[in-house]
Amino acid sequence: MGQVLLKSVRKSFGSAEVIPDLSLAIPDGSFTVLVGPSGCGKSTILRMIAGLEDVSSGTIKINDRDVTYREPSQRGIAMVFQSYALYPHMTVAENIGFGMILAKRPKAEINKRVGEAAAILRLEHLLDRKPKQLSGGQRQRVAIGRAITRDPQVFLFDEPLSNLDASLRGQMRVELAELHSKIGATMIYVTHDQVEAMTMADQIVVLNNGRIEQQGMPMELYIAPKTRFVAGFIGAPSMNFFEGSIASQHDCDALGVRPEHIGLRDDDGDLTGRIRHAEQLGSDTIIYVHHDDYGQITVRAEGNRVLDIGSTVHLTLPAEHLHRFRNGFRIQD
Amino acid sequence: MNAEQLAARRRQNRAGWAMALPACLLIFAFLITPFFMAFGLSLTNQRLISPNPAEFVGLRNFERLLGVGLLTLDPLRDENGEVRLKGGEPEYPRIRSFTRGNPDYPRLNRMREWFRIDLPGDRQLVVLAKDLVFIKALKNTVLFVAVVAPVQSGLALILALLINRPLRGINVFRTIYFAPVVISMVVVAMLWRFIYDGQNGILNSLLGIFSFGAIEPISWLGNTSTALPAIMAMSVWQGVGFHMVIWLSGLQTIPQPLYEVARIEGATGWQTFRYVTWPGLRNTAILVMVIITMQAFTLYPQVQVMTRGGPLDSTQSLVFQAVVRGYEKQDIAGGSAISVLLFLFVLAISLFQRYLTRDRD
Repeated sequence: MGQVLLKSVRKSFGSAEVIPDLSLAIPDGSFTVLVGPSGCGKSTILRMIAGLEDVSSGTIKINDRDVTYREPSQRGIAMVFQSYALYPHMTVAENIGFGMILAKRPKAEINKRVGEAAAILRLEHLLDRKPKQLSGGQRQRVAIGRAITRDPQVFLFDEPLSNLDASLRGQMRVELAELHSKIGATMIYVTHDQVEAMTMADQIVVLNNGRIEQQGMPMELYIAPKTRFVAGFIGAPSMNFFEGSIASQHDCDALGVRPEHIGLRDDDGDLTGRIRHAEQLGSDTIIYVHHDDYGQITVRAEGNRVLDIGSTVHLTLPAEHLHRFRNGFRIQD
Repeated sequence: MNAEQLAARRRQNRAGWAMALPACLLIFAFLITPFFMAFGLSLTNQRLISPNPAEFVGLRNFERLLGVGLLTLDPLRDENGEVRLKGGEPEYPRIRSFTRGNPDYPRLNRMREWFRIDLPGDRQLVVLAKDLVFIKALKNTVLFVAVVAPVQSGLALILALLINRPLRGINVFRTIYFAPVVISMVVVAMLWRFIYDGQNGILNSLLGIFSFGAIEPISWLGNTSTALPAIMAMSVWQGVGFHMVIWLSGLQTIPQPLYEVARIEGATGWQTFRYVTWPGLRNTAILVMVIITMQAFTLYPQVQVMTRGGPLDSTQSLVFQAVVRGYEKQDIAGGSAISVLLFLFVLAISLFQRYLTRDRD
């Protein structure tokens, strides 16, 4: 029903080519997260699906219907913006029912649908307020409510949580995931935050310079990143990369190990370094170790670990958790 | 705060005041002093040059300016009681017989007829004014504001909407629309005198060409019915670019996503304007209306250059009258009284506009 297909889509602004040639299938009912650093083209892709941006060439299909040249309103999509994009002079109810007000639907129908959306998002008591009287999280819920009343086949989210503070972001992640399972519509979600991608997605698309680096389930990307870029982008803290002699020993040009897989030993190990700094987060401790050849190595250890800054530690690199890359691509074992 | 910090702050304050001083002096000498002097002078019989000292006369100047009277006239009748006719119309007594030293009508002494209204039974109601020229100037000024304010602001908004799009060469249009603003009104008025000229004016030539000679040349500024509209049209043209720029700045403060939501929701062009653009321009609209109203009330250089109030007082304006009274007729007190009235009108209208556009939340 809400399947989205992009076929050989290109986009350039003047002479700058932002999306070189991109094909992507987003299955019906999935929660797909487009993730990548700023400027990777993820927002442009979303805006092309929405119809807010023209494609330079290629086709976009939603639900088997070619919508490449359709108006945004005729694509069966709804979009939620980072800035919420609420109308300041309208009440919450008017904002949620905006599309139906434009379509001149009967008052009773508008009230009913607005009420339903408000119930899903727990906004009933705020319907008469103006947006400026709401908190950031409430505003974003109103924007989502407006999207829900469109009853779209595809929801598009453009960094919807970036303007919220950290604790609210965590809460909204849960709410969005719940909303997805409740409504079941396809959701495409753009973010630069890999935590949002890992926690909400059932499919992640990692983008870099307008190209798809890898597409797959979150754990797939974590366990077997296809490229060095994905390996460095997914997971926090980022994966450590070793080049030089230790890489050639493993027959590759970059050897990647996640901080949580490096072992700390007092006596003997693969590498020896000095502890520069340690961040105790309670649940675990992030240790920054300096190695004379490989620079900084990040290690994640259990939270109650007591360490002396400046002391020497030995690190082990377990064979089952090594990621080998050559020319930026993963070497399959 | 310790003593050293206090001293430093005092030094800074002193430097600030010293720098502001020249501007403050000029503003005081040429704005604040004349403003209060006008109030004072309007209550005296001060003349520009006079051997006699000025005397306090209270509100007499204002009474003279604003004095209006009503007179009901019965038609003249012959011995039989029949209405006397003149050219098929009833004949009425001459107004002069009431307004020139008639002891029965002391209130109407020296008043002049403004206009008359027919009443049932062949009677007529005559509205008289003590200072007919001032009354006409007041009427013309109000009419000028009533036409120019909505037309100029509306046109400026349309232009702003037209040029608020990323088209190639759009800056050329922006420049063209804005160009008249940077030309002095006096120069613009001189140029438009040529455009409006009755014999060889460009406007008449163009009308003649496009109507294949069907439209006869009109003396735009020499005709009581066209002179004020001609000045209005030219004033709108001169000022529209300025207000366009203000609208444009207002348009650019409206966040783009608000338009994108409207597109996604399927809003028509008109709906987008009604629900997104216009509400977003609320504060700009207040600003534009207040500025235009104030500017329009001070209508002067156009009149001074193009018509000098004529023909037959059809383009008199308040400021023009204030200048003519004060300097040409040397009646500084009368001119001051007009300025004070103008100030009160503009103040009243601004307060009313603020009331209308107040934030209801």
